[in-house]
Amino acid sequence: MIRVALPYHLRNLAHVGKEVELHVAAPVTLGAVLDAVEAQYPMLRGTIRDHVTHQRRPFIRFFACGQDLSHGPTDTPLPEAIVTGVEPFRVVGAMAGG
Amino acid sequence: MSGVRVLVGTRKGAFILTSTEKRKRWKVSGPHFAGWEIYHLNGSPVDPNRLYASQSSGWFGQVIQRSNDGGQTWETPGGGPEQGPDGMPRGESNKFVYEGEVGTHQWYDGTQHPWEFKRVWQLKPSLTDPDTVYAGVEDAALFRSSDGGSSWQELPGLRAAKGHLWQPGAGGMCLHTILLDPTNPDRIFVAISAAGAFRTDDGGQTWRPINNGLKSSYELPEDTPEVGHCVHNLAMHPSRPNVLFMQKHWDVNRSDDAGDSWHEISGNLPSDFGFPIGVHAHEPETIYVVPIKSDSEHYPPDGKLRVYRSRSGGNEWEALTKGLPQKDCYVNVLRSALAVDSLESCGIYFGTTGGQVYASADSGDSWSAIVHDLPPVLSVEVQTLP
Repeated sequence: MIRVALPYHLRNLAHVGKEVELHVAAPVTLGAVLDAVEAQYPMLRGTIRDHVTHQRRPFIRFFACGQDLSHGPTDTPLPEAIVTGVEPFRVVGAMAGG
Repeated sequence: MSGVRVLVGTRKGAFILTSTEKRKRWKVSGPHFAGWEIYHLNGSPVDPNRLYASQSSGWFGQVIQRSNDGGQTWETPGGGPEQGPDGMPRGESNKFVYEGEVGTHQWYDGTQHPWEFKRVWQLKPSLTDPDTVYAGVEDAALFRSSDGGSSWQELPGLRAAKGHLWQPGAGGMCLHTILLDPTNPDRIFVAISAAGAFRTDDGGQTWRPINNGLKSSYELPEDTPEVGHCVHNLAMHPSRPNVLFMQKHWDVNRSDDAGDSWHEISGNLPSDFGFPIGVHAHEPETIYVVPIKSDSEHYPPDGKLRVYRSRSGGNEWEALTKGLPQKDCYVNVLRSALAVDSLESCGIYFGTTGGQVYASADSGDSWSAIVHDLPPVLSVEVQTLP
């Protein structure tokens, strides 16, 4: 199982807790995990990446095992610790005030 | 017993205020969608328990919410496991995609800039079908859903009405006002900052600017261009859909021919700058505005929060002050933040950027605050309940 940690507002929108668990078929890539998140929680489509272009929204970042994967290609395989569920894949909203 | 439900959108969530027809004691529910910007909530005229809400944030974009129980519970329409042709769940209630070539509009510096969807400013449910709802968006365009907000299609004929000459106002290039003609289902009016007012007479296929007579000498290089006017709000009484009232950036205006021509009715207002305009539920010639000092100083003149009422359809205005702060008041009242109920003694409501929602149960003669300390109020709508 892949663990995905979502930011507070997206947890509320999807009515889930701090993390969700997903089945993702190999190869487990950044894009495949986002596809799985959106398939299981359709209300999150468009909130993490654009509906049409699938571009990451500007104030969203992706982290795995301390690595920033926000700017890499979406077919990049994720680290083994993510694939085995030891570490969560993190979707993070930028810090900002107001 | 009849009553009212006031729908309040704020910078940090939605609030629902309910009362009986006496409008003395209020129940406050919220925040709904805590922490999100709620530009607008609105209810269906044919099913008052069907509500729509525009929820947005700079981080996560646009979300559309729907309620079938008057705002007690909410759902993202189409958020379930139903699949589209690509095998993915639809989840398209927040998918606003411009039709065809995206095109460009005028940017602040006069250059051309591509249309980019940002948020929904206004939701206008159909007068006859609770599943049909219009959305006015930034960058300015009009969308329609006929499946309860689950999916949206643009009415692209609007942007063909000289869209390349439209430009953003300080708040963005937003379609903020939608009026549906109760006597003619093919006629819709919209207003855009800073483009002007537009009308369709064929159900939204084709549109034309209706800005003849508007003057924007201080804002635009030309005095009376066909488009480019910064219209802040429009209002109509349902019994006379050919009579329109407009609060423009500067000037309050009136049209007696469905927008074909306008004339100024600012009269003795202390300032003709402002944002909202409203019409009394039972007196089509009684209208309301909230004068603001200027486009550079967005607060009431002299620190006195005054609603102005004209009982003659404009030009002669009286200040309504009883119960409103008359010193040291420096809040603003935004364009969608004034509404009227249709109880026998007409109620008027408005919200401020200071977080107050004021109500009058006597057509504006006297006011009291329902709440004092909400986040800045973006919009106020009111439903009169049976």
